[in-house]
Amino acid sequence: MPGRSRAELLLELADDELILGWRNSEWTGIAPFLEEDVAFSSIAQNEIGHARALYELAARELGTDADALAFDRDADAYRSAPLVELRRLEWARTIARHWLYETADSIRLEALKASSDPEIAGIAAKMDREETYHRIHAEMWIDRLLASEDGRARLDEALAELWPYALGVLDDELRPELRRRIEDKLDRAMPDVEPVPRGRHEAELVELLGEMNAVRRSGPAGAQW
Amino acid sequence: MSALTPATVLDALSEIPDPEIPVVSIVELGVVKDVRVAGGRVEVDFTPTFMGCPALDAMQRAMRERIESLGAEAEIRVVLDDSWSTDRITPAGRQKLRNAGFAPPAPRAAGAVTLVQLERGPFRCPWCGSTDTKLENVFGPTPCRSLRYCNDCRQPFEQFKTI
Repeated sequence: MPGRSRAELLLELADDELILGWRNSEWTGIAPFLEEDVAFSSIAQNEIGHARALYELAARELGTDADALAFDRDADAYRSAPLVELRRLEWARTIARHWLYETADSIRLEALKASSDPEIAGIAAKMDREETYHRIHAEMWIDRLLASEDGRARLDEALAELWPYALGVLDDELRPELRRRIEDKLDRAMPDVEPVPRGRHEAELVELLGEMNAVRRSGPAGAQW
Repeated sequence: MSALTPATVLDALSEIPDPEIPVVSIVELGVVKDVRVAGGRVEVDFTPTFMGCPALDAMQRAMRERIESLGAEAEIRVVLDDSWSTDRITPAGRQKLRNAGFAPPAPRAAGAVTLVQLERGPFRCPWCGSTDTKLENVFGPTPCRSLRYCNDCRQPFEQFKTI
């Protein structure tokens, strides 16, 4: 992973998982049907569990604690990819984002599993075991949307919007593999577009952080939760 | 009191029930990877199950308290790699899960689990033993479980995910 420190890499992974976990949890109670309510809640729980473990590793290196990293930074300090920040409470968009992220994440985890840093390789291998189920779920839904004309049209529209964001999740050298996997599944070419890179943030992130951190900020300094 | 050995510590830890599925102990769950004893100090290598499982903190706290009750100082070292898998659940643990109505995880195959395996695999109903069961939802009430339905006895049941 070029151009960043170990702590920065850990924060990048943790921020992606935390913010997407939060976005997934927004479906709790309002998904189109009960099974999906359970699925997105469970996926959110996994992602936030991954974020916590990653923040703990980063915190050890930075001399702070996981909660401070997760909740006390300003929006500009987050390293999350804009893809996970978007608030898209529309089912086809949610499924498109879910599938694009899980596919990109899988490529990233495969690279990290080969890391010479045993802690990074170890945590990537552990996360990947759980992420397998997220990928199964996402692909099942892609098949379902592709099976009807209406579903395909909605999916295509969502993919057109989100594709530049999906490319932005990965480093340059991993992007061709994302393109290959997405094109294979859809059986069509994806457009050449400029990726939406990390480092810039969507306005929705500030809103999300305000909501996520409201309880923590309402407590006195040093409150134990 | 006789001196602590890894075996006596493991015996003591075997009394700790899983916080969410108390029919099995944390040792039967396979999360205690190693125990080392040095003087009055016990080190446990703990391999978490699912990383988002809310029971992980309670397991560590229970282990620490149990070791301290043996008069030793406890250090729980969390090992975050893929050395825990559902294959680490012991045969006795699997039988207890089955008796409590949870279908134990299928053995890990080479390569990652696929949807086809989940839909077509011979998953056995813990109530009637039939393998005529179907996948209802990849996800269930906790991260470690999926939901299945038995076409024979017409009961839903919870299937442990294989990871």
